[in-house]
Amino acid sequence: AISSMGSRKRKKQNERSEASVQVSEFFVNAEGTGEKVNLSDLLGTVEKTSGASNKTKKQLRNLQSSKETLELPLNKQQTEKIQRGIAYEKTAAEVSCWRNIILQNQKAEQMVFPLNQESPGPKRVEQVVAGWKVQTPLEQEIFRLLHINSQPVDDPVLTPVEEQSLKAMSLEEAKIRRAELQKARALQSYYEAKAKREKKIKSKKYHKVQRKAKCKDFLKQFDEMVKTNPEGALEELKKMELSRMEERMSLKHQNSGKWAKSKAIMAKYDDSARKAMQEQLQMNKDLTQKIVVPSDDEHESNEEGLETIPDFVNDSEPVIDSVNPWMRGQLTHEEPEVSCVTTEDVQTAEEENEEEELVGEFERKRKLRQADEEDLIPTEEELMRSEKTLEGSNQTREGLNTPGQEDEEGLLNEGQIRVRNIEDLEVLGEFVDPQPIAEPSLPRTAAVEATSEPPYKKKREIDLKEVLTKEAKAVKVPFLPTVVDEEERDEQISIIKEAFAGDDVISDFIKDKSKLEAAGRPEVVDLTLPGWGEWGGVGLKPSRWKRKRFRIKTAPPPPRQDQKLPDVIISENRNASVASHQVTNRLLPFPFQNTAQFESSIRTPIGPTWNTQSVVKNMTKPKVITKMGAIIEPMVKEDFIKNKTTTPGGKGPAIMLGENKRILFVKCLKKTSL
Amino acid sequence: HQSAYESDNIKVLCRNPDDYVRETTRDIQRVPRNYDPTLHPFEVPREYTRALNATKLERVFAKPFVASLDGHRDGISCITKHAKSLSTVISGACDGEVKLWNLPRQECLRTVQAHEGFVRGICSRFCGTSFFTVGDDKTIKQWNLEAPGYGVREEPINTILGKAVFTGIDHHQRESTFVTCGQTVDIWDEQRSSPIRSFSWGVDSFSCVRYNPVETELLASCASDRSIVLYDTRESAPLRKVIMQLRSNTLCWNPMEAYYFTCANEDYNLYTYDIRHLDVPVTVHMDHVSAVLDVDYSPTGREFVSASFDKTIRIFPKDKGHSREVYHTKRMQHVICVRWSADNKYVLSGSDEMNIRLWKANASEKLGLLSTREKAAAHYNKKLIEKFQHHPQVRRIARHRHLPGDILKQKREQREMKEARRRREQNVRKHSKPGSVPLLTEKEKHVAAVVE
Repeated sequence: AISSMGSRKRKKQNERSEASVQVSEFFVNAEGTGEKVNLSDLLGTVEKTSGASNKTKKQLRNLQSSKETLELPLNKQQTEKIQRGIAYEKTAAEVSCWRNIILQNQKAEQMVFPLNQESPGPKRVEQVVAGWKVQTPLEQEIFRLLHINSQPVDDPVLTPVEEQSLKAMSLEEAKIRRAELQKARALQSYYEAKAKREKKIKSKKYHKVQRKAKCKDFLKQFDEMVKTNPEGALEELKKMELSRMEERMSLKHQNSGKWAKSKAIMAKYDDSARKAMQEQLQMNKDLTQKIVVPSDDEHESNEEGLETIPDFVNDSEPVIDSVNPWMRGQLTHEEPEVSCVTTEDVQTAEEENEEEELVGEFERKRKLRQADEEDLIPTEEELMRSEKTLEGSNQTREGLNTPGQEDEEGLLNEGQIRVRNIEDLEVLGEFVDPQPIAEPSLPRTAAVEATSEPPYKKKREIDLKEVLTKEAKAVKVPFLPTVVDEEERDEQISIIKEAFAGDDVISDFIKDKSKLEAAGRPEVVDLTLPGWGEWGGVGLKPSRWKRKRFRIKTAPPPPRQDQKLPDVIISENRNASVASHQVTNRLLPFPFQNTAQFESSIRTPIGPTWNTQSVVKNMTKPKVITKMGAIIEPMVKEDFIKNKTTTPGGKGPAIMLGENKRILFVKCLKKTSL
Repeated sequence: HQSAYESDNIKVLCRNPDDYVRETTRDIQRVPRNYDPTLHPFEVPREYTRALNATKLERVFAKPFVASLDGHRDGISCITKHAKSLSTVISGACDGEVKLWNLPRQECLRTVQAHEGFVRGICSRFCGTSFFTVGDDKTIKQWNLEAPGYGVREEPINTILGKAVFTGIDHHQRESTFVTCGQTVDIWDEQRSSPIRSFSWGVDSFSCVRYNPVETELLASCASDRSIVLYDTRESAPLRKVIMQLRSNTLCWNPMEAYYFTCANEDYNLYTYDIRHLDVPVTVHMDHVSAVLDVDYSPTGREFVSASFDKTIRIFPKDKGHSREVYHTKRMQHVICVRWSADNKYVLSGSDEMNIRLWKANASEKLGLLSTREKAAAHYNKKLIEKFQHHPQVRRIARHRHLPGDILKQKREQREMKEARRRREQNVRKHSKPGSVPLLTEKEKHVAAVVE
C-alpha cells in the first residue's frame, strides 16, 4: 500500500462501506491496517526517484544489509531520573553561591536586623507618600498658602527662590571666591601653626628674648605715639598706671610665692637661685615705680633694690625635722653631723621628742603594764614605744605644740631615726657617738629603765638565723627616712611584731608544713603475721626476712605543689563547697582546646568596674540587634548576589492589587521619567 | 584631716559645685573612676557572683506568656502573619472559620466563614492586601484583607474549585504565583483558574509545601510517603526526594540561609537539612516527647520554634541539638500551629483548645522601650551569663525548666527506651560478624533513602 502511494497514477478511491476506527486523512481506506511497514517498503521508492544522490542510496543499501538492531530508548522513569539529577545539580550549584554570605553572617560578631536598612533621617514627602492628594478643606487651605509663598508642593523640592540663588553665582565668580577663601584659610592655619609651635618651645631664654623684643617694640611705638597720637599715648600711660597699681596691690613679685620659697631655700647654696630671686624683686620694683613723664632724671640708679632680699635667705638650711614651725626662718647653730648613735642614744632620742605630755602618758601606761605582766619583753616594748612616739610626733605636727621644747629641738633632730630590726639595734650599739649629747631636761625615768635592761633579755625573740636557712639579703636602710610611706610601713611592721610577739610563727609554720608533708607521704603497709611459718609469742619478733617480705611500700604520690616554696603551704585537698562552683577539669567546654585557653577567657573582666565605658560597650554588644517594630524581611537575592539577576523586574513586585497597584504605577512612572 | 596645719597657711579643700551638685534629681553625675586593677581586685569571683545573680534574675523574670486570643469555636488549624503589618494575624480553625486578629488590642477584627470543613492552610499575599485560604471543600479562596463595608456580604475576591482536597498553600515572595499541595503540588497564577504547573512523583498526598523565601524559585514539600520532595519551578521535574523513617508534618525554610530547611517529624524530632547534601541531616533537634506538628523560623534565621502534640512549644537554636526554651500552660492542649512574629519578639501558637497564645520569644526580656542604662545592664548580664555558662551552678540555674509531670515522665521513659535500644544494638554488634552491623550516628539513623 505504501509503495503505491508515491506513484503518479492516482489510486482510485475506494468506497467506505463500513465503520472503521482508523480513518486516513489521505482518503486511504483501511485496507491494509494490520500490515507492518518494512524498511524495504520505504526504501524501494528511493531507488526509483532520480533526485536522490548516489551517496544516500549507498548508505541506505548498507543500512539495509546490516542486521544490527538499534537500542531501545530509555524508559520514562530513567529519563526522568536523569533529568532530575541534572536539575538538582544545577540548583545545588546555584544555591551554593550563598555559602560565603552565610558563613560570613554566622561568624559576624553582630548582626543588625532588618538587613539593608534605609538610611535614617528625614525624607521627602514624595518618597514617603506616593499618590497623595489634598482632600480636606484644611489641607487645601494650607496648600493654598504654600502655593502663595511658592513653596514646593509636588516634585520640585527647591523653592523658586532657592533655585534662583543656586543659579545666581556664575562659575568664574565662584572660582575666584573659592580661591580667596582658600588663601585666607591657608594663612590662618599657617599663623595658627606658627603660634602653636612657638608656644611649644620650652626654652625660657627664648621666651625672655621674645618678651624683651616685644617690650622694645612697644616702647618704640609708644615714643612714636607720643609724637603722633598724644591721646593714645595718654591712654597707654593710664594703662601702665593701672598695672602699677595692680602690682602694688598684689604680692606677685615679692618673693612670697611657692617658687620664691623654694628658691629661698636654695639661695643659701645656689648663686643662680639667689640671682633669680633678685631679678624677681627687681621686676617688682620696676613695675611699682611711678612712671614719670620722660624727664632728665630718668636714669636713676636703683641699687637699693639689692637690700630687699628677705633675711631668711641667708639663714642656714631649715631643720630636717620640720616639726616646730617656730624654728623656721631662724638662725640656727651649726650642727654636728650625727651619723650613728648608740642604743642608748636611740632611746634618749626617742625620749627627747618634743611631746613630753604624750611621752609621759606612754610611760605611765608602760609602768602599769609592767606591773601587770612581769615577763613582758623589753625589746618588744621598746619597739612599741618608739612606734607610739612616732605616732605622737605625727599628732603634734597637727596641733599639739608646746613652746617649752625649743631648747632640745636643735640638738635632737634625729627623732626619726628608726630601728628597723634587732640587727640594726646591735649594729647601732657598736658605734659610739663622738659628740657629747646634751642632757635633756625631761623626766627620763623610762629611758633609764629602758637602757638599764640587759641586752641578753631578747632571748625569746624569734631567732631568724635559727629559723631561716637561707642567707637573708641585707637591705641597707637609710637612717633618715625620707618618705612618709616608709614610716607607715615601719609602723605596720612594728604593729605586726607586737601582735605576734608571743608566738613563734615561723617555726610553727615549718612544723605545720612538715606535718602536712608527712601526712601526704604513703604509709608502709605491714602485712607480717607473727607466728605464721615460725615461732610466735611474747617477746618474739617476726624475722627480718619476713618483715622485709611483707612490708609493702606504695608508690610515692606526685610531688607537692609547694615543694619548692619554703614559705607557702598549698592545700591539695578538694574543697567541696567551692568545687560545686568550679568547672571540672575533665569536662573542658567545647570550643576550648586546653585549660589555659578557658581560664584566660574567664580571667578578662568585662564589667564596668574594670573597664572603661567604651570597652564595656564593645565587649558586651549583643549578637543580634533588632529594631523595635520593624518587620524583618527574608534576604533578597538581588541585594546580596549582584551579578545574577533572575527576575527582570529586579526587586520590585510584579503585580500589586488594589491601592498598592496604584502606588506601584506611580513609582513606575517616576522611574521611567527619571 | 591630715595636713590641716601642714604649714603656717591653711589649706582648704575647694571644689566646683558643678562637679557634684545635680541639676535635677534624675541627673546622673559622671563619676570619675580609677581603673587601676590593684584597686579592684578579685575580678573573676566578683564577676562570677554577678553572673550567678544575673542567671537567677533571668529565671525570676522569665514570664513568657503574654496573651491568649480566644474566639474560635474549634481547634486552630493554621496561623499566618500579615506580610506588612506586625499587629495583624490571620488564623483558621477546624470548623472552616477564619479570624483576623489585632494583637496589641488582643481582639478579633473580623470573622469569615471561609470553608466547609477544615481550613487547611492560609497564606498572606506579599503586598498585604489579600490572603488565600484552602479548605476541605476543595476550594482555594482569595479574600480581601480589608473588611467589607457595613451591610456588604463577606465574599471572597476569587474562588478556585479544585479536583481534590488541598492541604496546604504558600505564596511566592514577590510574584503573583502561589503553590498548593494535595494530591499533587500545583503552582497557580493568581489570574488563572487552573494550575500553571503540576508536580507529582508517585505519591498520593502531600501535607505541606513551602516556597523558599530567599531562592524564590525553590519549593519543598512533605509527602505522606515519609518523604520530603524538592522542586524548582524553572525545571520540568522535581529535584530530589529524601525518605525518612517517619513522616514529616511540616517544614520551614531558613529565611536568612538559603539552603537550609527544617522539618518537623512524627518521630518527635526536627531535622535541619542542607539541600545540597540531603543524605544526612545537618542537625537533629531532639527534645519533644511527641510528634512535632509545626515549625517556624525566626525572621533572623538564628532560631526556630516548634509546636508539638505533647502540648509544648520549644525554641531551638538552629545549630543546637536541644531546645533552649520550652513553653507550656496548664490549659494549652496539643499545639497544632506556631509562628514567629516578623519583628523577632513574639511567638504565636494555635492549639486544639481553640486558643491562640502569644508568647515572648525571649522569656525574660523586658518589653517596651528601655533606657540606655537598662539596655547596657541587660547586655552586660547576658554577656556574663554567656561567659560563665560552663560553670556548673550557672548552667544548672540557666537550664532549669519546670515541666508538667506527664511530659517529664514521658521524657524519662523515652530516655530509658533509647538507652535500651542502644544497649540492644550494642549487643547485636557484639555478637555478629565484625563490620556486619555498622555503627550509625544519630543523624544517619533517621534517613531511609535519598531518591534521585
